[in-house]
Amino acid sequence: MDKSTATVISCKEIAESIWDLRLRMAETFSGEIRPGQFVGLYPGSAARLLMRPISICGYSGGGETPVQLRLVFRAGGAGTRELAGAQAGDAMDVLGPLGNGYDLDRLAPGRVLLLGGGIGIPPLLGLTRALTERGAQVTAALGYRNGDLFLKEDFEAAGARVLIATEDGSAGVRGNVLDAVRAAQAEADVLCACGPLPMLRAIKAYAAGRPCWLSLEERMACGVGACLGCVVRTRDIDAHSRVHNARVCTEGPVFAAEDVEI
Amino acid sequence: MNEQNQRPDMSVTIAGVTFKNPVMTASGTFGSGMEYGQFVDLNRLGAVVTKGVASVPWEGNPTPRVAEVYGGMLNAIGLQNPGIDVFIERDLAFLEGYDTKVIVNVCGHTEEEYLEVVERLAGEHRVDMLEINVSCPNVKQGAIAFGTDPATLCRITERVKRVAGQPVIMKLTPNVTDIAEMARAAEAGGADAISLINTLTGMKIDVETRRFVLANRTGGLSGPAIKPVAVRMVWQASQAVKIPVIGMGGIASAEDAVEFMLAGASAVAVGAMNFHDPCLTERVVDGMEAYLVRHGIPSAAELTGAVRG
Repeated sequence: MDKSTATVISCKEIAESIWDLRLRMAETFSGEIRPGQFVGLYPGSAARLLMRPISICGYSGGGETPVQLRLVFRAGGAGTRELAGAQAGDAMDVLGPLGNGYDLDRLAPGRVLLLGGGIGIPPLLGLTRALTERGAQVTAALGYRNGDLFLKEDFEAAGARVLIATEDGSAGVRGNVLDAVRAAQAEADVLCACGPLPMLRAIKAYAAGRPCWLSLEERMACGVGACLGCVVRTRDIDAHSRVHNARVCTEGPVFAAEDVEI
Repeated sequence: MNEQNQRPDMSVTIAGVTFKNPVMTASGTFGSGMEYGQFVDLNRLGAVVTKGVASVPWEGNPTPRVAEVYGGMLNAIGLQNPGIDVFIERDLAFLEGYDTKVIVNVCGHTEEEYLEVVERLAGEHRVDMLEINVSCPNVKQGAIAFGTDPATLCRITERVKRVAGQPVIMKLTPNVTDIAEMARAAEAGGADAISLINTLTGMKIDVETRRFVLANRTGGLSGPAIKPVAVRMVWQASQAVKIPVIGMGGIASAEDAVEFMLAGASAVAVGAMNFHDPCLTERVVDGMEAYLVRHGIPSAAELTGAVRG
C-alpha cells in the first residue's frame, strides 16, 4: 500500500450525481486487490486535506500491465464534486488499496445473494465478477431511488441474475432490495450487502443465521488504522483496540453481520 | 570533505534526551507508529509520540468522530486506547525495534489515573520521555480540565514529577486566555518541557439536516487552519519560560516546521497532515536539513527562537 499519483483515463456522469471514474495507477500502486476494498482519493485543493474513501467497482491489469481502477461514486459534497470534475490526463493522488475486502473462499462456489442500495451498489460489481469466475451462482438485488439504473447492464454482463427495486416504483419492484428478493423468492446460501445503515440492519435480520457479510461506511481521516476515527461497535472485544470498537478502514470495511452492533 | 560540504547537525537535546532530529509525531495522529511504518522509515524520526494511553482501555466517543473543515479537520475520538497493559506488551515491544526516541502520551480521568500510568512506566527503559495530556477537549472528565487552571496544572505536574522515571512534557491546550500563564504554571510544577498546541475546540453543523456533524457535537480543530495561532502561542510560551518548548499545530511542510523553531520551539511535531500525506514526517526531516544547508546554518538547534525581532 502506498500513496501514489494516478492518471485519469475518463470521468463520466452515468446517473444523476453518480460518476464513473477510470484511473491508470502508478507503478508504485501495489498489493493484491480484492473485491470490497476501497481507495482514498485526495481532492486537489489542499484546503480539503482528507482523502475520500471510495469503493473499488472494478479493476484490471497487474503484474506487467498497469493496474486500472474503476471507481463509481456519488458526488454529494464539495470534495467529491471536485473529484468528479477530473478530466482525462489529470493527475490524482490515491491512497490504497485499503481495507480487508471479501474473503472469496468463504463465498464461492454456492448461491450468493448480493444486496446493494444506492451508492452501495458499485463494490458489488467487482465481487460479482470474482464470484462468477469461481463458479458461484450470483443473484444481485439492486435498490435505486428511481429508474436511473446505473451499472445494471454491467451486473448482467458479469453473469448475475439481477433483481431491481426502486423507491418510486419506476422500475422493478416498488420498495427496497428485500422486497425484490421476496418477490422473486430468491434463495441463497450466503449474503453480502452494501448500502445505507437501515438497509444493512434489515438484511442482518433477514439473513436469520445464514452467513452474511456487510460492507460498512464511516467518516474517516487517516484510512490506515491510526486515527481511530472510523470505528464500529462490535459484539466482542476486538484484538486491536481491546474495547468493542473495530476500525472500519482496517478490520473492515467488510464484517460478518453477527460481529457488528449496527 | 571541507567544512562547507558537511551536513548540518540535525540533533536537538531536550531535558537531557538527545533526538537525532527535531521532527516528532503529534500524539493521536500516528498511533504507535505501526500503521505509518509502511509509509515512512520510523528510524528517521526524532521521536514517535504515541497516542494517549490510560490505565485501562477506553471506548472513546460515538461516531461520527471526524469531520473535515476548510483547511483542517475536527476530531472527537475521545482518547480510545487499549490501556497500559496492552500498550506495554504490544506497542512498546514494536517501538523497541526502531532507532528512534519514544515519548508516551499519558491520559486519565483523574489525577490518580495519570499517576498510575506514569508509575507503571517509571522503570521502563524503552520510554524516553512522557507527555502528559492535560489538554484533550473531547473527554468529559480529566484531560483539558487539568490544563485550563494554572494551580491545578501546577499541582498535577508536581505529582507526576514525583513518580515519573522519565523527563516530563506537559502538553498544553490553546483553549485558555493566557498561554504564558499556563506555561509558567507547568514550569513552576517542575515540568522538564512543554508541548503545544493541542486542538482548538470547534463545531460543525450540517445546514441541510440541521444536525451537529460530530456525535460529540464539539471537536478539536487541527490542521493548517490553526497554524498561525499555534506559532503565536509557541512564541508567547517560549518567551515566558526557560524550559524547552515542543511546537505543533498544522505543520504541513519543512518550512512550517522551521517557522515553529524560529518562534521558539526546540522540536516540532507533525499531526493532522499525516492524514493528507502519510510520508510527511520524513519529508519534513529532509526539507529541514535542506533549509539549513540553503541558509548555511550549521545546526538545527540554532533555529530555536532565532526569529529576528
